[in-house]
Amino acid sequence: MGMTITEKILAAAAGKPAVQAGDIVQANIDVAMAHDGLGPIVFKAMRELGADVWDRDKIVVVIDHSAPPSALLHAELVQDTVAFVEDYNIKHFYNMTGVAHQLLPENGFVTPGRVLVGTDSHTCTYGGLGAFSTGIGSTEMASVFTNGRLWFRVPETIQVHVSGTLRPHVMPKDVILKMLQILGVAGATYKALEFTGECIENMSVDGRLTLCNMAVEAGAKNGIVAPDEKTRAYLKDRVTKPYTEYFSDADAHYTQIVEIDTSALEPQVACPHSPANVVNVGEAAGKRLDQVLIGTCTDGRMEDFYAAAHFIRGKQIPRHLRCLILPASNEIYRRLMREGLIDLFLDAGCIVLNANCGPCGGMHEGLIAKGEACLGTHNRNFKGRMGNPEGEIYLSSPATAAASAVAGCITDPRAKEDRQ
Amino acid sequence: MKLTAKILSKLADNVSTDDMSSAKYVISTAPEELAKICMRDLDPTFPDKMAQGGFLVAGKNFGCGSSREWGPIGVKAAGTRCVFAEEFARIFYRNALNIGLPVIECKGIHETLDIGDEVEADLSTGVIVNKTRGTTMQGIPIPDFLLEQVEKGGLLEILKERRNDCP
Repeated sequence: MGMTITEKILAAAAGKPAVQAGDIVQANIDVAMAHDGLGPIVFKAMRELGADVWDRDKIVVVIDHSAPPSALLHAELVQDTVAFVEDYNIKHFYNMTGVAHQLLPENGFVTPGRVLVGTDSHTCTYGGLGAFSTGIGSTEMASVFTNGRLWFRVPETIQVHVSGTLRPHVMPKDVILKMLQILGVAGATYKALEFTGECIENMSVDGRLTLCNMAVEAGAKNGIVAPDEKTRAYLKDRVTKPYTEYFSDADAHYTQIVEIDTSALEPQVACPHSPANVVNVGEAAGKRLDQVLIGTCTDGRMEDFYAAAHFIRGKQIPRHLRCLILPASNEIYRRLMREGLIDLFLDAGCIVLNANCGPCGGMHEGLIAKGEACLGTHNRNFKGRMGNPEGEIYLSSPATAAASAVAGCITDPRAKEDRQ
Repeated sequence: MKLTAKILSKLADNVSTDDMSSAKYVISTAPEELAKICMRDLDPTFPDKMAQGGFLVAGKNFGCGSSREWGPIGVKAAGTRCVFAEEFARIFYRNALNIGLPVIECKGIHETLDIGDEVEADLSTGVIVNKTRGTTMQGIPIPDFLLEQVEKGGLLEILKERRNDCP
Protein backbone atom coordinates (compact mmCIF):
# COMPACT_ATOMS: atom_id res chain seq x y z
CA MET A 1 0.00 0.00 0.00
CA GLY A 2 1.17 3.52 -0.74
CA MET A 3 2.08 6.09 1.87
CA THR A 4 1.09 9.70 2.55
CA ILE A 5 3.68 12.50 2.78
CA THR A 6 3.42 12.41 6.56
CA GLU A 7 4.02 8.64 6.67
CA LYS A 8 7.01 8.94 4.33
CA ILE A 9 8.65 11.70 6.37
CA LEU A 10 8.18 9.81 9.64
CA ALA A 11 9.44 6.57 8.06
CA ALA A 12 12.61 8.31 6.86
CA ALA A 13 13.10 10.00 10.23
CA ALA A 14 12.77 6.64 11.96
CA GLY A 15 15.12 4.91 9.51
CA LYS A 16 12.41 2.55 8.27
CA PRO A 17 11.47 1.68 4.69
CA ALA A 18 7.77 2.02 5.47
CA VAL A 19 5.39 2.84 8.30
CA GLN A 20 1.64 2.93 8.57
CA ALA A 21 -0.86 4.82 10.66
CA GLY A 22 -0.88 3.54 14.22
CA ASP A 23 2.80 2.50 14.31
CA ILE A 24 4.82 4.02 17.12
CA VAL A 25 8.19 5.21 15.85
CA GLN A 26 11.27 6.87 17.31
CA ALA A 27 12.02 9.73 14.94
CA ASN A 28 15.20 11.76 14.62
CA ILE A 29 14.43 15.45 15.02
CA ASP A 30 15.85 17.92 12.49
CA VAL A 31 14.96 21.14 14.30
CA ALA A 32 13.76 21.75 17.88
CA MET A 33 12.40 25.17 18.86
CA ALA A 34 11.73 26.52 22.34
CA HIS A 35 10.40 29.99 23.16
CA ASP A 36 10.39 32.19 26.23
CA GLY A 37 6.84 31.24 27.19
CA LEU A 38 7.35 27.51 27.66
CA GLY A 39 11.12 27.25 27.26
CA PRO A 40 11.99 28.00 30.90
CA ILE A 41 10.58 24.61 32.01
CA VAL A 42 12.86 22.99 29.39
CA PHE A 43 15.85 25.02 30.58
CA LYS A 44 15.23 24.16 34.23
CA ALA A 45 15.01 20.46 33.34
CA MET A 46 18.27 20.67 31.35
CA ARG A 47 20.00 22.20 34.34
CA GLU A 48 18.58 19.56 36.69
CA LEU A 49 19.77 16.84 34.34
CA GLY A 50 23.18 18.43 34.00
CA ALA A 51 22.87 17.58 30.32
CA ASP A 52 24.24 19.35 27.28
CA VAL A 53 22.23 19.84 24.07
CA TRP A 54 22.52 17.09 21.48
CA ASP A 55 23.30 19.31 18.48
CA ARG A 56 23.85 23.07 18.54
CA ASP A 57 22.94 23.37 14.86
CA LYS A 58 19.48 21.95 15.36
CA ILE A 59 18.18 24.02 18.25
CA VAL A 60 16.45 27.37 17.85
CA VAL A 61 15.48 29.59 20.78
CA VAL A 62 13.08 32.48 20.21
CA ILE A 63 11.82 35.19 22.53
CA ASP A 64 8.44 36.10 21.08
CA HIS A 65 5.80 35.68 23.78
CA SER A 66 6.81 38.37 26.27
CA ALA A 67 8.52 40.57 23.77
CA PRO A 68 9.15 42.83 25.55
CA PRO A 69 7.82 41.71 28.95
CA SER A 70 4.94 43.56 30.58
CA ALA A 71 4.69 41.65 33.86
CA LEU A 72 7.27 40.56 36.42
CA LEU A 73 6.83 36.85 35.69
CA HIS A 74 7.30 37.52 31.99
CA ALA A 75 10.50 39.46 32.69
CA GLU A 76 11.78 36.46 34.65
CA LEU A 77 10.89 34.05 31.83
CA VAL A 78 12.82 36.23 29.39
CA GLN A 79 15.73 36.39 31.83
CA ASP A 80 15.74 32.56 32.12
CA THR A 81 15.72 32.26 28.34
CA VAL A 82 18.65 34.60 27.78
CA ALA A 83 20.61 32.90 30.56
CA PHE A 84 20.07 29.48 28.96
CA VAL A 85 21.15 30.74 25.55
CA GLU A 86 24.32 32.22 27.04
CA ASP A 87 25.19 29.31 29.35
CA TYR A 88 24.57 26.64 26.72
CA ASN A 89 26.10 28.62 23.89
CA ILE A 90 22.96 28.30 21.73
CA LYS A 91 23.80 29.28 18.17
CA HIS A 92 20.40 30.17 16.74
CA PHE A 93 18.76 32.74 18.98
CA TYR A 94 16.14 35.32 18.00
CA ASN A 95 15.54 37.93 20.67
CA MET A 96 12.23 39.71 19.98
CA THR A 97 12.62 39.96 16.20
CA GLY A 98 9.41 38.16 15.32
CA VAL A 99 7.20 35.16 16.00
CA ALA A 100 8.92 31.76 15.85
CA HIS A 101 6.44 30.47 13.29
CA GLN A 102 7.53 33.16 10.85
CA LEU A 103 11.21 33.30 11.82
CA LEU A 104 11.85 29.58 11.28
CA PRO A 105 10.58 29.52 7.67
CA GLU A 106 12.20 32.90 6.88
CA ASN A 107 15.58 31.87 8.19
CA GLY A 108 15.79 28.58 6.36
CA PHE A 109 15.14 26.16 9.23
CA VAL A 110 12.11 24.69 7.47
CA THR A 111 12.49 22.57 4.34
CA PRO A 112 10.35 19.85 2.80
CA GLY A 113 10.92 16.47 4.43
CA ARG A 114 12.22 17.74 7.75
CA VAL A 115 10.83 16.82 11.17
CA LEU A 116 10.43 19.88 13.41
CA VAL A 117 9.08 20.15 16.94
CA GLY A 118 8.44 23.25 19.05
CA THR A 119 7.11 24.10 22.49
CA ASP A 120 4.09 25.73 20.91
CA SER A 121 0.90 24.23 19.56
CA HIS A 122 1.12 26.30 16.37
CA THR A 123 4.43 24.66 15.40
CA CYS A 124 2.25 22.83 12.85
CA THR A 125 2.59 25.99 10.67
CA TYR A 126 5.74 24.66 8.95
CA GLY A 127 3.79 21.97 7.11
CA GLY A 128 3.02 24.74 4.63
CA LEU A 129 6.49 24.07 3.22
CA GLY A 130 6.13 20.27 3.06
CA ALA A 131 7.71 19.51 6.44
CA PHE A 132 6.34 17.40 9.31
CA SER A 133 6.04 19.71 12.30
CA THR A 134 4.12 19.58 15.54
CA GLY A 135 3.85 21.13 18.98
CA ILE A 136 5.10 19.32 22.07
CA GLY A 137 5.37 20.07 25.78
CA SER A 138 8.33 21.39 27.69
CA THR A 139 9.38 18.24 29.54
CA GLU A 140 9.35 16.33 26.29
CA MET A 141 11.42 19.09 24.71
CA ALA A 142 14.03 18.63 27.45
CA SER A 143 14.27 15.03 26.29
CA VAL A 144 14.61 16.11 22.63
CA PHE A 145 17.25 18.68 23.57
CA THR A 146 19.33 15.96 25.24
CA ASN A 147 18.99 13.12 22.71
CA GLY A 148 17.50 14.49 19.47
CA ARG A 149 14.76 11.88 19.24
CA LEU A 150 11.06 11.66 20.00
CA TRP A 151 8.38 8.98 19.76
CA PHE A 152 5.38 9.54 17.53
CA ARG A 153 2.33 7.49 16.81
CA VAL A 154 2.12 7.70 13.00
CA PRO A 155 -1.14 9.60 12.42
CA GLU A 156 -3.96 8.68 10.11
CA THR A 157 -4.30 11.34 7.42
CA ILE A 158 -7.40 13.32 6.50
CA GLN A 159 -7.21 14.71 2.99
CA VAL A 160 -8.67 18.21 2.68
CA HIS A 161 -9.31 18.61 -1.02
CA VAL A 162 -9.83 22.25 -1.92
CA SER A 163 -11.08 22.79 -5.46
CA GLY A 164 -11.91 25.94 -7.42
CA THR A 165 -10.55 29.46 -7.31
CA LEU A 166 -10.94 31.92 -4.45
CA ARG A 167 -13.30 34.76 -5.29
CA PRO A 168 -12.26 38.41 -4.73
CA HIS A 169 -11.57 39.23 -1.05
CA VAL A 170 -11.91 35.57 -0.06
CA MET A 171 -8.64 34.37 1.46
CA PRO A 172 -6.85 31.20 2.64
CA LYS A 173 -8.09 32.01 6.16
CA ASP A 174 -11.65 31.60 4.90
CA VAL A 175 -10.71 28.14 3.59
CA ILE A 176 -9.35 26.98 6.93
CA LEU A 177 -12.28 28.46 8.87
CA LYS A 178 -14.63 26.61 6.52
CA MET A 179 -12.70 23.40 7.16
CA LEU A 180 -13.01 23.96 10.92
CA GLN A 181 -16.75 24.43 10.55
CA ILE A 182 -16.92 21.06 8.75
CA LEU A 183 -14.55 19.07 11.00
CA GLY A 184 -15.08 20.76 14.36
CA VAL A 185 -12.46 21.43 17.03
CA ALA A 186 -11.73 17.74 17.58
CA GLY A 187 -12.45 16.46 14.08
CA ALA A 188 -8.80 15.73 13.36
CA THR A 189 -7.55 14.84 16.85
CA TYR A 190 -4.31 12.77 16.67
CA LYS A 191 -4.48 12.92 12.83
CA ALA A 192 -2.65 14.65 9.96
CA LEU A 193 -4.39 17.11 7.66
CA GLU A 194 -3.09 17.05 4.09
CA PHE A 195 -4.26 19.94 1.92
CA THR A 196 -4.58 19.18 -1.80
CA GLY A 197 -6.37 20.45 -4.88
CA GLU A 198 -6.34 23.23 -7.43
CA CYS A 199 -6.88 26.00 -4.89
CA ILE A 200 -3.88 24.86 -2.82
CA GLU A 201 -1.70 24.51 -5.94
CA ASN A 202 -2.50 28.13 -6.81
CA MET A 203 -2.06 29.33 -3.24
CA SER A 204 1.06 31.27 -2.17
CA VAL A 205 3.37 29.99 0.54
CA ASP A 206 1.95 32.74 2.80
CA GLY A 207 -1.51 31.21 2.41
CA ARG A 208 -0.30 27.65 2.92
CA LEU A 209 1.36 28.68 6.19
CA THR A 210 -1.99 30.19 7.28
CA LEU A 211 -3.80 26.90 6.58
CA CYS A 212 -1.27 24.73 8.39
CA ASN A 213 -1.05 27.18 11.30
CA MET A 214 -4.64 26.36 12.21
CA ALA A 215 -4.44 22.56 11.76
CA VAL A 216 -4.18 22.22 15.54
CA GLU A 217 -7.50 24.03 15.96
CA ALA A 218 -9.11 20.86 14.59
CA GLY A 219 -6.99 18.84 17.01
CA ALA A 220 -4.57 17.71 14.29
CA LYS A 221 -1.01 16.58 14.95
CA ASN A 222 0.20 18.30 11.79
CA GLY A 223 -0.97 20.03 8.63
CA ILE A 224 0.92 19.54 5.39
CA VAL A 225 1.04 20.71 1.77
CA ALA A 226 3.09 18.91 -0.90
CA PRO A 227 6.11 20.95 -2.03
CA ASP A 228 6.11 22.46 -5.53
CA GLU A 229 7.62 25.30 -7.57
CA LYS A 230 6.21 27.89 -5.15
CA THR A 231 7.86 26.11 -2.22
CA ARG A 232 11.20 25.93 -4.07
CA ALA A 233 11.02 29.61 -5.03
CA TYR A 234 10.36 30.57 -1.38
CA LEU A 235 13.32 28.48 -0.19
CA LYS A 236 15.73 29.47 -2.96
CA ASP A 237 17.54 32.25 -1.11
CA ARG A 238 16.87 30.91 2.37
CA VAL A 239 18.15 27.33 2.31
CA THR A 240 21.57 26.22 1.13
CA LYS A 241 21.59 22.54 2.17
CA PRO A 242 19.90 19.95 -0.08
CA TYR A 243 16.59 18.55 1.07
CA THR A 244 14.28 15.70 0.14
CA GLU A 245 10.79 16.29 -1.14
CA TYR A 246 8.11 13.74 -0.33
CA PHE A 247 4.78 13.29 -2.09
CA SER A 248 1.80 11.12 -1.25
CA ASP A 249 1.45 7.98 -3.38
CA ALA A 250 -1.60 7.68 -5.62
CA ASP A 251 -2.73 4.69 -3.55
CA ALA A 252 -1.99 6.28 -0.15
CA HIS A 253 -4.68 5.63 2.45
CA TYR A 254 -6.78 8.52 3.75
CA THR A 255 -9.02 7.93 6.73
CA GLN A 256 -11.40 10.66 5.54
CA ILE A 257 -11.67 13.09 2.63
CA VAL A 258 -13.10 16.57 3.16
CA GLU A 259 -14.14 18.42 0.00
CA ILE A 260 -14.25 22.21 -0.07
CA ASP A 261 -15.33 23.98 -3.24
CA THR A 262 -14.04 27.53 -3.07
CA SER A 263 -15.93 28.77 -6.12
CA ALA A 264 -18.91 29.36 -3.83
CA LEU A 265 -16.97 30.12 -0.64
CA GLU A 266 -17.86 33.38 1.11
CA PRO A 267 -15.77 35.23 3.70
CA GLN A 268 -16.04 33.33 7.00
CA VAL A 269 -16.15 34.46 10.62
CA ALA A 270 -15.51 32.28 13.69
CA CYS A 271 -17.82 33.50 16.47
CA PRO A 272 -17.26 33.19 20.24
CA HIS A 273 -16.00 30.99 21.79
CA SER A 274 -14.66 28.42 19.34
CA PRO A 275 -12.62 28.52 16.11
CA ALA A 276 -15.11 26.01 14.69
CA ASN A 277 -18.16 28.17 15.46
CA VAL A 278 -17.99 29.50 11.91
CA VAL A 279 -20.61 31.38 9.87
CA ASN A 280 -20.71 33.26 6.56
CA VAL A 281 -19.72 36.87 7.26
CA GLY A 282 -23.27 38.06 6.56
CA GLU A 283 -24.54 36.24 9.64
CA ALA A 284 -22.14 38.10 11.94
CA ALA A 285 -22.28 41.44 10.09
CA GLY A 286 -23.14 44.53 12.13
CA LYS A 287 -21.56 43.34 15.40
CA ARG A 288 -19.94 46.41 16.99
CA LEU A 289 -16.20 46.02 17.60
CA ASP A 290 -13.89 47.58 20.17
CA GLN A 291 -10.65 46.08 18.86
CA VAL A 292 -9.41 44.68 15.56
CA LEU A 293 -6.17 42.70 15.39
CA ILE A 294 -4.56 42.31 11.95
CA GLY A 295 -1.44 40.14 11.75
CA THR A 296 0.04 37.39 14.04
CA CYS A 297 1.71 34.14 13.00
CA THR A 298 -1.57 33.10 11.36
CA ASP A 299 -2.06 36.09 9.09
CA GLY A 300 0.83 38.51 9.55
CA ARG A 301 2.63 38.17 6.21
CA MET A 302 2.81 40.50 3.20
CA GLU A 303 -0.16 39.06 1.36
CA ASP A 304 -2.25 39.59 4.49
CA PHE A 305 -1.21 43.22 4.87
CA TYR A 306 -1.77 43.96 1.16
CA ALA A 307 -5.32 42.67 1.61
CA ALA A 308 -5.80 44.81 4.73
CA ALA A 309 -4.26 47.92 3.13
CA HIS A 310 -6.77 47.71 0.30
CA PHE A 311 -9.55 48.53 2.78
CA ILE A 312 -7.69 50.88 5.11
CA ARG A 313 -5.97 53.10 2.51
CA GLY A 314 -7.25 56.68 2.81
CA LYS A 315 -9.81 55.76 5.51
CA GLN A 316 -10.04 56.57 9.21
CA ILE A 317 -10.53 54.01 11.96
CA PRO A 318 -13.58 55.06 14.05
CA ARG A 319 -12.47 56.72 17.27
CA HIS A 320 -14.10 54.15 19.59
CA LEU A 321 -12.00 51.35 18.10
CA ARG A 322 -8.35 50.31 18.35
CA CYS A 323 -6.96 48.66 15.25
CA LEU A 324 -3.73 46.77 15.96
CA ILE A 325 -1.26 45.91 13.19
CA LEU A 326 1.00 43.02 14.19
CA PRO A 327 3.63 41.93 11.63
CA ALA A 328 4.87 38.35 12.12
CA SER A 329 8.55 39.31 11.87
CA ASN A 330 10.91 42.24 11.47
CA GLU A 331 11.54 41.17 7.88
CA ILE A 332 7.86 41.80 7.25
CA TYR A 333 7.90 44.96 9.35
CA ARG A 334 10.72 46.35 7.19
CA ARG A 335 8.92 45.47 3.98
CA LEU A 336 5.81 47.21 5.28
CA MET A 337 7.96 50.29 5.96
CA ARG A 338 9.70 50.21 2.60
CA GLU A 339 6.44 49.81 0.74
CA GLY A 340 4.77 52.66 2.60
CA LEU A 341 2.24 50.47 4.40
CA ILE A 342 3.27 51.54 7.90
CA ASP A 343 2.46 55.12 6.93
CA LEU A 344 -0.79 53.99 5.37
CA PHE A 345 -1.84 52.22 8.59
CA LEU A 346 -0.68 55.08 10.85
CA ASP A 347 -2.46 57.65 8.68
CA ALA A 348 -5.69 55.75 9.24
CA GLY A 349 -5.19 55.74 13.00
CA CYS A 350 -3.98 52.15 13.40
CA ILE A 351 -1.52 51.13 16.11
CA VAL A 352 1.55 49.33 14.73
CA LEU A 353 2.98 46.83 17.22
CA ASN A 354 6.44 45.28 17.21
CA ALA A 355 6.69 41.82 15.72
CA ASN A 356 5.80 39.37 18.51
CA CYS A 357 2.95 37.20 19.77
CA GLY A 358 1.16 40.30 21.06
CA PRO A 359 -2.35 39.99 22.45
CA CYS A 360 -3.15 36.66 20.75
CA GLY A 361 -2.27 34.61 23.82
CA GLY A 362 -3.63 37.17 26.26
CA MET A 363 -0.20 38.26 27.48
CA HIS A 364 -0.16 41.97 26.58
CA GLU A 365 -0.65 44.70 23.94
CA GLY A 366 -4.41 44.54 23.57
CA LEU A 367 -6.46 42.70 26.16
CA ILE A 368 -10.22 43.18 26.09
CA ALA A 369 -12.55 44.26 28.88
CA LYS A 370 -15.87 42.78 30.00
CA GLY A 371 -18.44 43.32 27.26
CA GLU A 372 -15.86 44.26 24.61
CA ALA A 373 -15.59 42.54 21.24
CA CYS A 374 -12.42 41.90 19.26
CA LEU A 375 -12.16 40.66 15.68
CA GLY A 376 -8.74 39.22 14.99
CA THR A 377 -6.91 37.41 12.21
CA HIS A 378 -5.24 35.11 14.75
CA ASN A 379 -6.07 31.47 15.37
CA ARG A 380 -7.87 30.99 18.64
CA ASN A 381 -10.94 32.61 20.21
CA PHE A 382 -11.40 30.58 23.37
CA LYS A 383 -13.40 32.29 26.07
CA GLY A 384 -11.21 34.60 28.13
CA ARG A 385 -8.07 33.99 26.05
CA MET A 386 -7.54 37.69 25.29
CA GLY A 387 -8.72 39.16 28.56
CA ASN A 388 -12.06 39.21 30.37
CA PRO A 389 -14.06 35.98 29.93
CA GLU A 390 -17.13 38.11 29.32
CA GLY A 391 -15.44 39.68 26.31
CA GLU A 392 -16.00 38.25 22.83
CA ILE A 393 -13.39 37.19 20.27
CA TYR A 394 -14.19 36.73 16.58
CA LEU A 395 -11.77 35.41 13.93
CA SER A 396 -11.60 36.27 10.23
CA SER A 397 -9.32 36.92 7.28
CA PRO A 398 -7.29 40.14 7.04
CA ALA A 399 -9.66 41.43 4.33
CA THR A 400 -12.72 40.99 6.55
CA ALA A 401 -10.87 42.36 9.59
CA ALA A 402 -9.71 45.48 7.74
CA ALA A 403 -13.10 46.19 6.17
CA SER A 404 -14.62 45.72 9.64
CA ALA A 405 -12.05 48.00 11.31
CA VAL A 406 -12.92 50.83 8.96
CA ALA A 407 -16.66 50.30 9.46
CA GLY A 408 -16.41 49.81 13.24
CA CYS A 409 -18.43 46.63 13.06
CA ILE A 410 -18.16 43.20 11.39
CA THR A 411 -18.48 43.84 7.66
CA ASP A 412 -18.46 41.82 4.46
CA PRO A 413 -15.31 42.85 2.58
CA ARG A 414 -16.85 42.17 -0.82
CA ALA A 415 -18.48 44.82 -2.96
CA LYS A 416 -22.27 44.52 -3.02
CA GLU A 417 -22.28 43.23 -6.61
CA ASP A 418 -19.95 40.36 -5.66
CA ARG A 419 -22.27 39.09 -2.92
CA GLN A 420 -24.79 36.48 -3.84
CA MET B 1 -1.13 0.28 38.92
CA LYS B 2 -4.54 0.81 40.54
CA LEU B 3 -5.86 4.06 41.96
CA THR B 4 -8.96 4.50 44.10
CA ALA B 5 -10.59 7.85 44.86
CA LYS B 6 -13.74 9.90 44.55
CA ILE B 7 -14.81 11.99 41.57
CA LEU B 8 -14.42 15.56 42.82
CA SER B 9 -15.06 17.57 39.66
CA LYS B 10 -16.98 17.01 36.44
CA LEU B 11 -16.29 19.24 33.43
CA ALA B 12 -17.83 19.47 29.96
CA ASP B 13 -16.33 19.24 26.44
CA ASN B 14 -13.46 21.34 25.04
CA VAL B 15 -11.80 22.41 28.29
CA SER B 16 -8.68 24.17 27.01
CA THR B 17 -5.25 24.77 28.47
CA ASP B 18 -6.30 28.45 28.51
CA ASP B 19 -9.06 27.40 30.94
CA MET B 20 -6.52 25.53 33.05
CA SER B 21 -3.89 28.26 33.05
CA SER B 22 -5.09 31.53 31.58
CA ALA B 23 -2.07 33.69 30.72
CA LYS B 24 -3.66 36.68 32.42
CA TYR B 25 -3.72 34.89 35.80
CA VAL B 26 -0.31 33.19 35.65
CA ILE B 27 1.92 35.21 37.96
CA SER B 28 4.16 32.34 38.99
CA THR B 29 4.99 29.00 37.41
CA ALA B 30 5.35 27.22 40.76
CA PRO B 31 2.97 24.20 40.75
CA GLU B 32 1.11 25.35 43.88
CA GLU B 33 0.50 28.77 42.29
CA LEU B 34 -0.66 27.18 39.00
CA ALA B 35 -3.07 25.06 41.09
CA LYS B 36 -4.64 28.20 42.60
CA ILE B 37 -5.58 29.66 39.20
CA CYS B 38 -6.54 26.35 37.60
CA MET B 39 -9.92 26.59 35.76
CA ARG B 40 -10.54 30.04 37.27
CA ASP B 41 -12.81 31.37 34.50
CA LEU B 42 -14.57 28.02 34.16
CA ASP B 43 -15.07 27.05 37.80
CA PRO B 44 -13.41 29.25 40.44
CA THR B 45 -14.07 26.59 43.09
CA PHE B 46 -12.03 23.93 41.22
CA PRO B 47 -8.92 24.13 43.44
CA ASP B 48 -11.07 23.83 46.59
CA LYS B 49 -12.98 20.87 45.17
CA MET B 50 -9.81 18.99 44.28
CA ALA B 51 -7.84 19.89 47.41
CA GLN B 52 -8.56 16.62 49.27
CA GLY B 53 -7.15 14.64 46.31
CA GLY B 54 -9.31 12.73 43.84
CA PHE B 55 -10.44 12.21 40.29
CA LEU B 56 -11.63 14.55 37.54
CA VAL B 57 -14.00 13.50 34.77
CA ALA B 58 -14.33 15.52 31.57
CA GLY B 59 -15.89 15.35 28.13
CA LYS B 60 -14.40 15.47 24.64
CA ASN B 61 -11.23 17.27 23.54
CA PHE B 62 -9.95 17.82 27.09
CA GLY B 63 -6.83 19.99 27.10
CA CYS B 64 -7.23 21.51 23.65
CA GLY B 65 -5.26 24.57 22.58
CA SER B 66 -1.85 25.67 23.71
CA SER B 67 1.02 23.26 24.42
CA ARG B 68 1.63 24.97 27.77
CA GLU B 69 2.56 22.46 30.44
CA TRP B 70 1.27 24.90 33.05
CA GLY B 71 -2.18 23.37 32.33
CA PRO B 72 -1.56 19.77 33.43
CA ILE B 73 0.90 20.93 36.13
CA GLY B 74 -1.89 23.03 37.67
CA VAL B 75 -4.44 20.22 37.36
CA LYS B 76 -2.08 17.78 39.08
CA ALA B 77 -0.94 20.20 41.79
CA ALA B 78 -4.58 21.02 42.60
CA GLY B 79 -4.96 17.42 43.79
CA THR B 80 -6.05 15.53 40.67
CA ARG B 81 -4.86 11.93 40.84
CA CYS B 82 -6.25 10.87 37.47
CA VAL B 83 -8.30 12.45 34.67
CA PHE B 84 -10.94 10.43 32.82
CA ALA B 85 -12.19 11.96 29.57
CA GLU B 86 -14.11 11.01 26.45
CA GLU B 87 -11.10 12.15 24.43
CA PHE B 88 -7.94 14.15 25.09
CA ALA B 89 -6.27 16.73 22.86
CA ARG B 90 -2.98 15.18 21.78
CA ILE B 91 -0.44 17.60 23.27
CA PHE B 92 -2.24 17.54 26.62
CA TYR B 93 -2.29 13.73 26.62
CA ARG B 94 1.47 13.57 26.16
CA ASN B 95 2.16 16.45 28.56
CA ALA B 96 0.06 14.89 31.32
CA LEU B 97 1.89 11.55 31.12
CA ASN B 98 5.22 13.37 30.84
CA ILE B 99 4.67 15.22 34.12
CA GLY B 100 3.30 12.14 35.87
CA LEU B 101 -0.43 12.90 35.78
CA PRO B 102 -2.34 9.70 34.86
CA VAL B 103 -5.06 10.10 32.22
CA ILE B 104 -7.46 7.51 30.78
CA GLU B 105 -9.40 8.04 27.60
CA CYS B 106 -12.75 6.23 27.64
CA LYS B 107 -15.73 6.70 25.34
CA GLY B 108 -18.98 7.03 27.30
CA ILE B 109 -17.25 7.75 30.62
CA HIS B 110 -18.78 11.22 31.09
CA GLU B 111 -22.29 9.95 31.65
CA THR B 112 -21.31 7.03 33.85
CA LEU B 113 -19.35 8.98 36.49
CA ASP B 114 -20.72 11.64 38.80
CA ILE B 115 -19.34 13.82 41.52
CA GLY B 116 -19.00 11.82 44.74
CA ASP B 117 -18.76 8.41 43.04
CA GLU B 118 -16.07 6.12 44.42
CA VAL B 119 -13.98 4.89 41.49
CA GLU B 120 -11.17 2.40 41.00
CA ALA B 121 -8.98 2.88 37.93
CA ASP B 122 -6.46 0.35 36.64
CA LEU B 123 -3.97 2.35 34.59
CA SER B 124 -2.39 -0.66 32.90
CA THR B 125 -5.64 -2.27 31.73
CA GLY B 126 -7.71 0.92 31.32
CA VAL B 127 -10.57 -0.59 33.36
CA ILE B 128 -12.55 1.99 35.32
CA VAL B 129 -14.88 0.60 38.01
CA ASN B 130 -17.56 2.83 39.52
CA LYS B 131 -17.92 1.23 42.96
CA THR B 132 -20.82 3.47 43.92
CA ARG B 133 -22.97 2.44 40.95
CA GLY B 134 -21.48 -0.96 40.24
CA THR B 135 -20.61 -0.18 36.63
CA THR B 136 -17.41 -1.01 34.75
CA MET B 137 -16.03 0.78 31.70
CA GLN B 138 -13.15 -0.19 29.44
CA GLY B 139 -10.88 2.76 28.65
CA ILE B 140 -7.71 2.91 26.56
CA PRO B 141 -4.85 1.56 28.67
CA ILE B 142 -1.74 3.69 29.04
CA PRO B 143 1.06 2.08 26.95
CA ASP B 144 3.69 0.36 29.11
CA PHE B 145 6.55 2.74 28.35
CA LEU B 146 4.39 5.72 29.36
CA LEU B 147 3.00 3.95 32.42
CA GLU B 148 6.54 3.45 33.65
CA GLN B 149 7.00 7.19 33.30
CA VAL B 150 3.86 7.94 35.32
CA GLU B 151 4.83 5.48 38.06
CA LYS B 152 8.23 7.11 38.42
CA GLY B 153 6.78 10.62 38.59
CA GLY B 154 7.34 11.77 35.02
CA LEU B 155 9.69 11.79 32.06
CA LEU B 156 12.24 13.96 33.82
CA GLU B 157 12.79 11.24 36.45
CA ILE B 158 13.36 8.68 33.68
CA LEU B 159 15.86 10.97 31.97
CA LYS B 160 17.71 11.42 35.26
CA GLU B 161 17.84 7.64 35.75
CA ARG B 162 19.19 7.07 32.26
CA ARG B 163 21.90 9.64 32.81
CA ASN B 164 22.93 7.83 35.97
CA ASP B 165 23.01 4.54 34.06
CA CYS B 166 25.65 5.72 31.64
CA PRO B 167 28.03 8.20 33.19
